Amino acid sequence: MVAQKKGGGARVSEDAEEQSRQRLQAILLADSFATKFRPVTLERPKVLLPIVNVPMIDYTLAWLESAGIEEVFVFCCAHSMQVIEYLENSEWYSHPNLVVRTIESHKSISAGDALRYMYEQQTETSQILGDFVLVSGDTVSNMPLADLIQEHRERKKKDEKAIMTMVIKKSKSSSLTHQSRLGTDQLFIAVDPLTKQLLHYEEDKIDLAKGSVCLEKSLLDGNPSVLLFNDIQDCYIDICSPEVLSLFEDNFDYQQLRRHFVKGVLVDDIMGYKIFTHEIHSSYAARIDNFRSYDTVSKDIIQRWTYPYVPDINFSGNRPLKLGRQGTYRACDAVQSRSADVGASTVIGYGTKIGNGDIILNSVIGNGCSIGSNVVIEGSYIWNNVTIEDGCEIRNAIVCDGVKIRAGAVLQPGVVLSFNVVVGRDFVVPAYSKVSLLQQPTTEDSDEELEYAESSSGAVDHSSGVNLQIESKASELGPDGAGYIWEVCEGAHDEEWKHSVAPIPKDKLAEITQAIDDDDTEDESVLPPSGELKSDADSINTDVNDPNDDYYYFEKEVEGTFLRAIDENIKVDLVTLEINSLRLSFNMESADCAGAVFYSMMKQAVDTPHNSASELYRNASSIMGKWKELLGFYVKKIDEQIEVIMKFEEMCQESPKELGPVFTQILHFLYEKDVLQEDAILRWAEEKAGADEADKVYLKQCEKFIQWLKEASEEEDEDDEEEDS
Amino acid sequence: MPDVQSMVVEFVNKLRKRKIEGSQATAKYTVELLRSVISQHRVPHANQAAALIDAVKAVGEQLVAANPVELAVGNVVRRVLHIIREEDLSLTTAAMAGLDLLDASDDDDEDNCKGIGYPAMSAAVVAAARSTLRPPSLQTLLEGTPESATVPYTSSSGADSESKTADKSSITRKLKHDVIEGVNQLIHEIAGCHEQIAEQAIEHIHQNEVILTLGSSRTVLEFLCAAKEKKRSFRVFVAEGAPRYQGHLLAKELVARGLQTTVITDSAVFAMISRVNMVIIGAHAVMANGGVIGPVGVNMAALAAQKHAVPFVVLAGSHKLCPLYPHNPEVLLNELRSPSELLDFGEFSDCLDFGAGSGSPLLQVVNPTFDYVPPNLVSLFITDTGGHNPSYMYRLIADYYSADDLVM
Repeated sequence: MVAQKKGGGARVSEDAEEQSRQRLQAILLADSFATKFRPVTLERPKVLLPIVNVPMIDYTLAWLESAGIEEVFVFCCAHSMQVIEYLENSEWYSHPNLVVRTIESHKSISAGDALRYMYEQQTETSQILGDFVLVSGDTVSNMPLADLIQEHRERKKKDEKAIMTMVIKKSKSSSLTHQSRLGTDQLFIAVDPLTKQLLHYEEDKIDLAKGSVCLEKSLLDGNPSVLLFNDIQDCYIDICSPEVLSLFEDNFDYQQLRRHFVKGVLVDDIMGYKIFTHEIHSSYAARIDNFRSYDTVSKDIIQRWTYPYVPDINFSGNRPLKLGRQGTYRACDAVQSRSADVGASTVIGYGTKIGNGDIILNSVIGNGCSIGSNVVIEGSYIWNNVTIEDGCEIRNAIVCDGVKIRAGAVLQPGVVLSFNVVVGRDFVVPAYSKVSLLQQPTTEDSDEELEYAESSSGAVDHSSGVNLQIESKASELGPDGAGYIWEVCEGAHDEEWKHSVAPIPKDKLAEITQAIDDDDTEDESVLPPSGELKSDADSINTDVNDPNDDYYYFEKEVEGTFLRAIDENIKVDLVTLEINSLRLSFNMESADCAGAVFYSMMKQAVDTPHNSASELYRNASSIMGKWKELLGFYVKKIDEQIEVIMKFEEMCQESPKELGPVFTQILHFLYEKDVLQEDAILRWAEEKAGADEADKVYLKQCEKFIQWLKEASEEEDEDDEEEDS
Repeated sequence: MPDVQSMVVEFVNKLRKRKIEGSQATAKYTVELLRSVISQHRVPHANQAAALIDAVKAVGEQLVAANPVELAVGNVVRRVLHIIREEDLSLTTAAMAGLDLLDASDDDDEDNCKGIGYPAMSAAVVAAARSTLRPPSLQTLLEGTPESATVPYTSSSGADSESKTADKSSITRKLKHDVIEGVNQLIHEIAGCHEQIAEQAIEHIHQNEVILTLGSSRTVLEFLCAAKEKKRSFRVFVAEGAPRYQGHLLAKELVARGLQTTVITDSAVFAMISRVNMVIIGAHAVMANGGVIGPVGVNMAALAAQKHAVPFVVLAGSHKLCPLYPHNPEVLLNELRSPSELLDFGEFSDCLDFGAGSGSPLLQVVNPTFDYVPPNLVSLFITDTGGHNPSYMYRLIADYYSADDLVM
């Protein structure tokens, strides 16, 4: 719990305040507070995991330094000793332009806790004074920050409430899996096109089947137009004002930055804080959140999107590799057999030996590895000092430091081998399995996602573990292997392919395509690409608020009112008044009221105990007779009367056994009581004449009645004519 | 010397992050940095030249490693090393000359035979030393003969150690002073190379000509403007220099200075070349064989010029002359920059989704910065010392660099 300060301590002088206004600061969270990289993160913190042979934190620090940040607070939580030790031995502690301070806290279990801890520290030593950049230690980017911070400051000057600027980048997500290329769920945001203010943020699963997203109605009130995006990637780079820290302090239940903080700010009307977005175009930014994004970002680095943070440039004390044809990077002292085939987009580290007849494609191989002959490595990430014996096959796997893979072993796609695991001779590691020398923690805390072994000193932990496990439980990876195959948490098994290094298997894709095709036949609506949503009266009623939903609630309310009216014997005009006010508050038409009132009456009739259809008819007629005026109030027009008939028909279809037989009788009753006019019934019959056979059941049932009506009207007509003539 | 060290680290950082662009700016930074390295270096009494050389080399190696593609850094480091060696040589020879004059007056009567044998031997040593330090060049051949005749002595004479030590401290101070003087001259030269080159513009650009250029080069801009100032009227075609479109910037500046300018796409170069009288290009570096490293697309322009027999002229300040050959293993000819200069990441992000299909990237984007033009396509080099043929480059280089420094 001791905040360590190194270097730059002497710099804090009288004019520190003056300087700090200009000084650019950043908070780097050296802990992801997640378990997605387990079992690897049990032994080493995530930020020290190598990506294309350089620890992730080096990419982040190099970028921050280059972007003009002068002071970085590295917040260490899990394996804090390892992070601090690494930074102490790296060139970052002695960097002329960048002061790196580490802050250690073991209590924090989320980003929210970390920021609260920072806030407490800050009040003591007044560390964070101005706007700061909040990033996670697994960010790879090359975007310039100085201008963006300036933009944020100026906006803040104009508008006190603009406390955060969020960096976003366009990136299309797959239309099949609705997953971004970084393996995260599709993100849906709404932005004001003029001010770039963030209005809505939805990262949790959107209802993809329906292809719709619910927005707050109030969103459209204040804004003339709203831009909706579904092809945006959140870079998890935020420019924050000091208020952000105090907000975290005030809301002690904020844990995660996005799910809690951003949503909290967006929903909160009282404080009125605003979040703005900044879209980057030519620069690169991505966060390594899961194994899928590990693979994607690695490939982006190899393809040089992150220039100048690429393997052939020495950007942070890494030894630069030599870039050859087809984007292969090779260390100058790597030994490669002539018969080995090293394909495009491959990285080979220092002191690595590649044997005869090896085939290596799209892979990253670390330093000091030795690879036997006739090995196939495809799309895999081999870290440092790995030994692979002859004839192994490795496809789409992550192999950590010090692993031994004995001759003939096969790693199927999606395998993750943690540190110092030994795979036995000819053993086949099944797809998507995660193997570690450490046993899977048995008490899985699903609420608190921690990247944490019980003791903070992972190094000691695992060295003692190695010996134990090799003796006791060696057979899980073949007779001469060592390590436990972790069981996949229940429920997550189906999701495993989503976040794995391996590409999504063909059969899974086919399955999804099939599912989508099925959906399409039912419902043609697919989430349209990003576009502008104009706010006018229509869109509020029809697009934004689901009308069916509203009608359902309205019906319930009317029914409730009606029941109360019966129980308490309230006068008709008072009930009418109540229903009218409901009508206004739900923004309904009087035809809807007619339908709802009729529905309530029939429901009441059905609910009253009865033994036969005739009894039901009696019930219904008595209720309707009693409340005729109420119904009559809403069925003045022909349209409203038709609505009632349709409603009735609908009800009959829902419970055909009960209501079916009495359809004609009740219709007749309504006609006799002058609730329905004959025109309405005839128009309904005409409309229905063109419908499917299934829909015509009730039409046929009351065919005679309609026939009779028609004749009656003709007679009337004749009478009229006679009178005329 | 903490401040020199921090300056070196800062400069190395900038080079690594590719924050300094353009060989002239880099050369200027490098030479100024080396000047402060030399001036702050405490020189020991014995063997000062070697100590200085070591200090400069140590810094130079760091700088070159930081951005091996920026050849100007290596060039300037070698130039400074050369200056140190030259100054050392001229100082010792001058000192020996003084000493030997003394010796001669003292020893004349006593030791005649020694006096006769001695100068003959030392003259041979000097000649040998010279030839190793400097490959024969026109300049040295012309200047060298009278010099070696008048000063035929070397430092190898071990006589009169007392009188020598008296001189030593003054020599030390003098060496450093002379070297700094020489480096200042180099700084002046680098700063003034644009004007030196531009002065020759009037000889090359004629009335009503059409000039084609590609990419953006300060040297080319000054060159064209100098001709314009001398009341020459001509047209300039500027190929835009995709993907960074530096040609657009050049066109802007040319128009601001009142030149008739036409912007064309890079791919239209071949179509337009028949109307062009001369192609003028600014080089990133000139190799020892006369080959040129220039902005990407230059080779295409050179081939087009050759096809239509249009002169292909390369402008290069002397700091761009690289003593290495393009086939040397330590020469890194190209730098691949970010694909985002070519493509919009957002638009192509679905092509880069590795989660689907085989997981191997199907879309590759290559964005090289430089192009290599072989010497046979170059008609003329214009440096600050005048116009030269590509085949003459290696001799020019021999004037500027010592053979010992070629491999650092």
